[in-house]
Amino acid sequence: MWIYEKKLQYPVKVSKCDPKLAKFLIEQYGGADGELAAALRYLNQRYTIPDKVIGLLTDIGTEEFAHLEMIATMVYKLTKDASVEQLKAAGFEGHFADHDRALFYHNAAGNPFTVTYIQAKGDPIADLYEDIAAEEKARATYQWLIDMTDDVDIQDSLKFLREREVIHSLRFREAVEMLKEYQEQKKVF
Amino acid sequence: MDRQWRPYDAYHSPLDPCPPRPKAYIVPPNQMMVTQSPGMKQYAPFDALKHGTLWPDLYSPYDPPTRGGR
Repeated sequence: MWIYEKKLQYPVKVSKCDPKLAKFLIEQYGGADGELAAALRYLNQRYTIPDKVIGLLTDIGTEEFAHLEMIATMVYKLTKDASVEQLKAAGFEGHFADHDRALFYHNAAGNPFTVTYIQAKGDPIADLYEDIAAEEKARATYQWLIDMTDDVDIQDSLKFLREREVIHSLRFREAVEMLKEYQEQKKVF
Repeated sequence: MDRQWRPYDAYHSPLDPCPPRPKAYIVPPNQMMVTQSPGMKQYAPFDALKHGTLWPDLYSPYDPPTRGGR
């Protein structure tokens, strides 16, 4: 079970009325390397991985939902007061036709979220390497998002999220080392 | 350029339509270790929140102007 804290993991401040950025940020909401994909991937892999790394997958999978909330907050703030004309000018008209200003799990190109974005192979090494790759891809996505805005406040939140990917990647690589075990012991079989 | 950045060159043909753009990619400090060693220097709590990590040696700054050509 989970305990919910009614606050964001890191503050989100949006200072520039730029609905177009919402169209790009949604990549991290419902995209292949987005926060939803990350959370579902890690929390699902927990069941069939050795005990010593289950806690790590729980912790990181949970944190990904906290990141998902931050992205949702950014998208919401960027679109909630935008006029239909502004949304059309921002290339958001396809989204508006289907969802009004509601958030939806699709990527920046409008493709709906699909579980085929994630995998659970059952092989602990294979699964952890997928997780490492996912973190590095999410880090790269945050870089391109930071590049596409000059709103320093939103950049600040995106930089925080990017750094978390850096840390998560290292943790998953440490988990691989834990599963290798025996490497520093003289073990006779 | 920050020491986490790696500039590189790509062939530019005289027939290429756009002027060449400087190219670089970033290698975050997590790539320099397999496992984190114990006792690494820590930020104060508020600075840790600001940086997104407790450890200065794992901090990867990302500022678009430092990225070559973007």
